[in-house]
Amino acid sequence: MSGLALLIPLALALGLCGLGAFFWAMRSEQFDDLDGSGMRILIEDDE
Amino acid sequence: MTVQAALAGTPVERSLLAVPGAHCAGCIRKVEDGLAELPGVLGARLNMTTKQLTVDHAAGLQLPAIVGALARLGFEAQPLAAGAGPASNRDSRELLRCTAVAGFASMNVMLLSVSVWSGAEGATRDLFHLLAGLIAIPTVAYAGRPFFRSAWTALRHGRTNMDVPISIGLLLVTCLSLFEALTGGPHAYFDGAVMLLFFLLTGRALDSIMRDRARDGVTALIKQVAPGATVVQPGGRTEWVKAEALAPGTLMVVAAGERLAADGVVESGHSGLDCSLLTGESDAVAVGPGASVHAGMLNLGAPLTVRVSAAGADTSLAEIARLMDGAGQGRSRYVRIADRAARLYAPVVHALAAGAFLLWLALGAGWHQALLVAAAVLIITCPCALGLAVPAAQIVAAGSLMRAGVLVKDGSALERLAEADWALFDKTGTLTLGRPELVEADRVPAELRPVLVALARSSRHPLSQAVTRAFGTEELVPATLIDISEEPGFGLRARWEGTPVALGRGAAADTLAATFSVAERSLVLRFTDRLRPDCPLTIKRLAELGVVASVASGDHARSVAQALRGLGLTAQTSMRPQDKLDAIARLQAIGRKVLMVGDGLNDGPALAAGHVSMAPASASDVGQNAADAVFLGDSLLPVARAIVAARRTMRVVRQNFAIAIAYNAVAVPLAFAGLVTPLVAALAMSGSSLIVVANALRLRSAAQ
Repeated sequence: MSGLALLIPLALALGLCGLGAFFWAMRSEQFDDLDGSGMRILIEDDE
Repeated sequence: MTVQAALAGTPVERSLLAVPGAHCAGCIRKVEDGLAELPGVLGARLNMTTKQLTVDHAAGLQLPAIVGALARLGFEAQPLAAGAGPASNRDSRELLRCTAVAGFASMNVMLLSVSVWSGAEGATRDLFHLLAGLIAIPTVAYAGRPFFRSAWTALRHGRTNMDVPISIGLLLVTCLSLFEALTGGPHAYFDGAVMLLFFLLTGRALDSIMRDRARDGVTALIKQVAPGATVVQPGGRTEWVKAEALAPGTLMVVAAGERLAADGVVESGHSGLDCSLLTGESDAVAVGPGASVHAGMLNLGAPLTVRVSAAGADTSLAEIARLMDGAGQGRSRYVRIADRAARLYAPVVHALAAGAFLLWLALGAGWHQALLVAAAVLIITCPCALGLAVPAAQIVAAGSLMRAGVLVKDGSALERLAEADWALFDKTGTLTLGRPELVEADRVPAELRPVLVALARSSRHPLSQAVTRAFGTEELVPATLIDISEEPGFGLRARWEGTPVALGRGAAADTLAATFSVAERSLVLRFTDRLRPDCPLTIKRLAELGVVASVASGDHARSVAQALRGLGLTAQTSMRPQDKLDAIARLQAIGRKVLMVGDGLNDGPALAAGHVSMAPASASDVGQNAADAVFLGDSLLPVARAIVAARRTMRVVRQNFAIAIAYNAVAVPLAFAGLVTPLVAALAMSGSSLIVVANALRLRSAAQ
């Protein structure tokens, strides 16, 4: 049972990481242009 | 940052433009880098999903300059009205955030619950219940807000909706479970509460995303009528002024190819105007000094100087917008099928829960036990499957329709489309393509074609453009012409290898004809506004569906009869926007559900008044805004296809309701008997939701 003291907070922390990452992605407009983001990879910046 | 620093102090403006031609990584780069070189531009970002370009620029830089720069880069761009941008997606974002929180919570609470179900006891069970409560209570407070808000609004107005039983159930279950957890009871329903939230929010988020996606698609196609005009200042200087800032009495210069931004009277210049946006008639109208002109008309010929008589809210355009506002009110009274179901459902659920509570009290159970049973009844009847039944089916069907070229704006449009039993078509631009096409193009001698194309491509007149289109597919090198001049009201003149050549107005009153002459030889070119492909087939399909089709056109009887020969449709002609409204009101008074299909600005009020409405993608922005659905491409067949898909969708929605009711018929007696433990509730809830979603997925090919 002593493992619970470690495992439960760990599970929660990992879950919160995922939630935080989703919120961050939404706030930084990662989902605003799904088609364009894929295309922008192909642009070379050779200035 | 250096650019911004250099321009610090100058006011910055953000403009939104639609760039429908962009389609690859190269386009992104060309547009963004090309605009960055324009002085005054701080930054440009092209969104490929919505095909919209956001430009941050100094306030001194005017929109036509940006459009001009884009044209030099090879992209056609239309300025969009401010506010049409992504700000309108805020609702979906909040719902998505709530869904993410509920999803996270339901996973973690389920982790704890599974341990309890598999036999945790004593202090461990109490600890797990408390931990689950610690996760679930903030989640309900955060992710439940959309439901609480809507339930509160309904209750305050003395109504009830689906969200009332949901909110009461959620709050009751959470409070009772907290009590259980604190007193060390055996059953806590925290997992049921957050799972319920997760499923319901998924349904809501789907509904909202569907609305946004179709709206973005439509905004990308929308062309603003005229964002402004070039105004002559005292002293002869010209300046570009936004449409809403135009004042009566000012002089504006309207170049060929521009739309008028305000009503007015022509001061000088002769030209032809395309009024199809206002009247729906395809023929160009010749105007000269003294003629009164209206906002939204397109100048086809030479530059005109116009003295503004009415601008902004006083123009005839704004008058049509007011008609539309009034006409749309009837539709906002339409009650969606989920809400109609909720009206029956909510009182039953409340009565059942109250009945269970009283029954157990009467049978001698304690209030605590009786409340637990009532809560179990509430949570098991909570319309989990019902909440998903409608949006899941509608979003799958809308996705299928979108692939088939029909953008449906929201779920309620699909519901109303399924009910339509009368289709009222506009003629110009709806049944027909709305652009003249050259007939018998092979009558033009091969050696003269390069001359004809060279002449035609130097003009923006619709007939010239039709000529360019007709020979555009052939490999021919346009001849070299000199001294090309366009004379409004007549046409084009030029010299080809010393010979005078001309392309001008036809001799007869028939305006869909032109005369092409080389030296003394002359040839009459005939044009026609062709019917959309699949027109007869669509009418036949509609008849098979039990939908009566008729035509209401703003055009004259003669041209309507000529265009629609052989279709076997009844038609009303020379109708003004108000007449079309009246025609729809008459049909609806006798109980018909009218599907209005139209494109022009003159159809705007009728599109808003119809029970449901569709517009082709070539329609005016007003038409596209007012319509519930927009169909892409030339064919008319998507109209019939959309009705078929909508009816299939409603069939699946009704099946889903039946499944949800059957599930309740089994589960409610169990809950009444006090047999519903948190484990049973979790299984029943996810089981019924999965079945409903799986049934909705059958609509993937609904539009084929």
